[in-house]
Amino acid sequence: MWKLSKYIFYDIVRNKVIIAYTLFLFIVSLLLFNLEENSAKAILSLLNIQLVTIPLISMIFATIHYYNSYEFIEMLLSQPLSRSRVLWSEFLSTAASLILALIIGMGIPILLYSSNADSFALLLTGIGLTTVCTSIAFFASVHSRDKARGIGIVLLLWFYFALIYDGFVLMILFNFGDYPLEKITLLLTALNPIDLARVSIMLKMDVSALMGYTGALYKEFFGSFSGILYTGGIMIMWIIIPIYFAVRGFNRKDM
Amino acid sequence: MLFISRLSKFLQIAWFSYIALWSAGASANASTVYVGPNHAIRSIREGLQKIKAGDSLIIDGGHYKEGNLIIQQAIVFMGINQPVIDGNLEFEILTISGKNIVVSGITFMNSGKSATRDYASIKCIDSENIRIENNKILNSYFGIHVSNSSQIHIKTNWISGQAESEQTSGNGIHLWKCNHALIENNHINGHRDGIYFEFVTESSILNNYSTENVRYGLHFMFSHKDYYARNTFIKNGAGVAVMYSREVTMESNHFENNWGAASYGILLKDISDSWIFSNTFDQNTIGIYIEGSSRMVVEKNLFKENGWALKVQASCNDIQFQYNNFLANTFDVATNGTNVLSRFNQNYWDKYDGYDRTKDGFGDIPYHPVSMYSMIVEENPNALILLRSILIATLDKAEKAIPSLTPENLVDFQPKIFPNKL
Amino acid sequence: MIQIIGLEKRFKKLVALNGIQAEFSKGQVISLIGPNGSGKTTLIKCILGLVHPDHGLIKLNGQSIFKDETYRTKIGYMPQIGRYPDQMKVGQLFQLLKSIRNASRFDEELVEQYQLKQIWEKPMNSLSGGTRQKVSAALAFLFDPEILILDEPTAGLDPLASELLKEKMQREKLKDKLILITSHILSDLDELTTHVLYLQEGQIQFNGNLEDLKIQTGEEKFGKAIARFMETKKASPYVETI
Repeated sequence: MWKLSKYIFYDIVRNKVIIAYTLFLFIVSLLLFNLEENSAKAILSLLNIQLVTIPLISMIFATIHYYNSYEFIEMLLSQPLSRSRVLWSEFLSTAASLILALIIGMGIPILLYSSNADSFALLLTGIGLTTVCTSIAFFASVHSRDKARGIGIVLLLWFYFALIYDGFVLMILFNFGDYPLEKITLLLTALNPIDLARVSIMLKMDVSALMGYTGALYKEFFGSFSGILYTGGIMIMWIIIPIYFAVRGFNRKDM
Repeated sequence: MLFISRLSKFLQIAWFSYIALWSAGASANASTVYVGPNHAIRSIREGLQKIKAGDSLIIDGGHYKEGNLIIQQAIVFMGINQPVIDGNLEFEILTISGKNIVVSGITFMNSGKSATRDYASIKCIDSENIRIENNKILNSYFGIHVSNSSQIHIKTNWISGQAESEQTSGNGIHLWKCNHALIENNHINGHRDGIYFEFVTESSILNNYSTENVRYGLHFMFSHKDYYARNTFIKNGAGVAVMYSREVTMESNHFENNWGAASYGILLKDISDSWIFSNTFDQNTIGIYIEGSSRMVVEKNLFKENGWALKVQASCNDIQFQYNNFLANTFDVATNGTNVLSRFNQNYWDKYDGYDRTKDGFGDIPYHPVSMYSMIVEENPNALILLRSILIATLDKAEKAIPSLTPENLVDFQPKIFPNKL
Repeated sequence: MIQIIGLEKRFKKLVALNGIQAEFSKGQVISLIGPNGSGKTTLIKCILGLVHPDHGLIKLNGQSIFKDETYRTKIGYMPQIGRYPDQMKVGQLFQLLKSIRNASRFDEELVEQYQLKQIWEKPMNSLSGGTRQKVSAALAFLFDPEILILDEPTAGLDPLASELLKEKMQREKLKDKLILITSHILSDLDELTTHVLYLQEGQIQFNGNLEDLKIQTGEEKFGKAIARFMETKKASPYVETI
């Protein structure tokens, strides 16, 4: 699996889209660190960029890559390789190259301008989010018939996670405003990886104070060891579950 | 100018009291008595018995534990070579009740602590023209406690407590029912409230540094015609609270890093006819919170990186916010109603994205500083969990285009294109 | 060598394979022929494990191929369209497959004949379609497999390359290998083919010796024999789908 992943990885990192993505992140990060006098503010702006760009780029790139590799995957499958191995290799190398782009594009500026715990938490969250989105994209790609449909589905998913889901959260908050919603809100953020990433970073960046008593409660929770386990655990679930069902579907699929 | 006239008044008071005191001290039969381990008189208590009005008691370096000392005559009570007077955590260290008294150059430490009595390192009762300066007050319940007095000057003291909770600590500088007080150049930390005023009028608080107090850096109530300038309030549990007062002037103070679930740069409640200008509000959860206040001018202040720069409750009226700069606040202005009787004019808002095609220095379209999201949060604080989500950014943009929820009359018709010179 | 028993496959409503029963042995060169949508590609994909049949069994040397993927070490496959990762170099592709196969013996005859070493350092996306076909062909023969499955092998190749490939197939045939070819260009296969499998609408219409077909149709040339055969079958219309 590693050998195969390695070769695919070498291919993807030289892909123009990945190079452009790296450059984009790099330039934007540098600009933000230079424009914002306060590096904490830059980190918050980077968070905003992360939350939009990472899911969008990761999902669309992974989907396009999957369909562009279809014939190659077919060829690989005619070799003595199990299907799970082939798909896992594709997944790992796609995620790895997107992560590498993030580490170079955002990590180097962070290292240069703001190497503190908050920034690395941001980077780590970005890495988690990249992997989650790649996983979701593979799930969508394996289960949809053609490239156009696959891209359509991941765009919808992105739209849902980035925008529509929060709309539902807002509706729930307003319709059930009379009930204690702290726990529910916490649960709701866990059901959307983008929200989970956003909230965990936001609370790290001390925005918790704005949330008054509730915020202090959340901060205590997300800052504690069990909170970190919870966040990490949910993120890992968001990685494992889609790719697991992607592999399962792929094993049963007719190429 | 209001502030200049007031300043000159205070200078006058200071000058007269100075003359009065020293003319008394320099009178023909005034004497100086020394107290210390190397002097004939070893105890302060004994020294105090030996002197009369107009005399000076000089306390030489040493560690004194003498229970509760009382001064009632017009004397100079002064330390040289850093004497320490220790209350042994049992006593009120020094009690003053009289006129024309100076206390200076002494370290007071370990006053008694009690839930029922207001123990202090220095307590002034029913006094007039008292100067307390250049002292250190360490680990006390109350630092300096003054009641029913006038012309009290508290200058250049270092007051440092070890407060852990509101219930088990007293205030750094506590004034009750006083007038013409001057609190200047003091450093206060680790108390309940750094500086506390209740029924204190026509007084000045200048150049003090109040930090890491459990509750408020500065707390005053029913204190009219007071002047606060060039003070710094950093990292106090709940910032600064100002209530039920009128004719208050606050100038060039720093309110910084008062950051917590219920923390304010300033909390203003029922304040009227007051003037807040040239202050800096940096990284406070709420820069200024105003309720029930009227006839105020808030101008030339800098609001930077606060959670909310301003929270103006609908119970306010006739408050003029002008020439302020708002930079990098999460929310610029929040309010709880749609009918706002305050006016915003010629402020600089970094979130303003209009243009100035008329080249008059003002944006061509008015700025609505209350965002849709801040209204949502006001209604439902849990919605803060959505901060910085794309949904919120989209909603705010939409609301900007077609305002419907945000208060229509809370608007700056002349938003500045470049920051105001402060 | 390969036994196909009662193979059935449906794609939704379309019946791709309908009870295929066949046996291929060493030394045979089988031409898989039929109109578009007749099930040729599906059959090949079933043998390669790319498509899961609904019913039936495929055995290789008496063992079901559905149990695990190791049987594919015995197969060399040349796809109809070879597409490879854009940035992967030709040399890397060969390296990759060698590392996957874990083989020690390589047949690099075609690599040399096609002079692929000259483009060894070129990325895949700089190659023409024909060159990529050469790469595909060289890869299919690389591990000297007992079974060769070639899907439209000569389609994109220039006449010279095509001729080299046919010569290569001829040599492999003499080495007693099983070669399975689908092709439209009938005359191409004339000299090579030993057996013919004619599929239509997922069913075998003819399966047998080329000689038998020639006798049955009374034609000497393979191409003509097939054409004649197709004519006789034309009575049953088919829908062109896949």
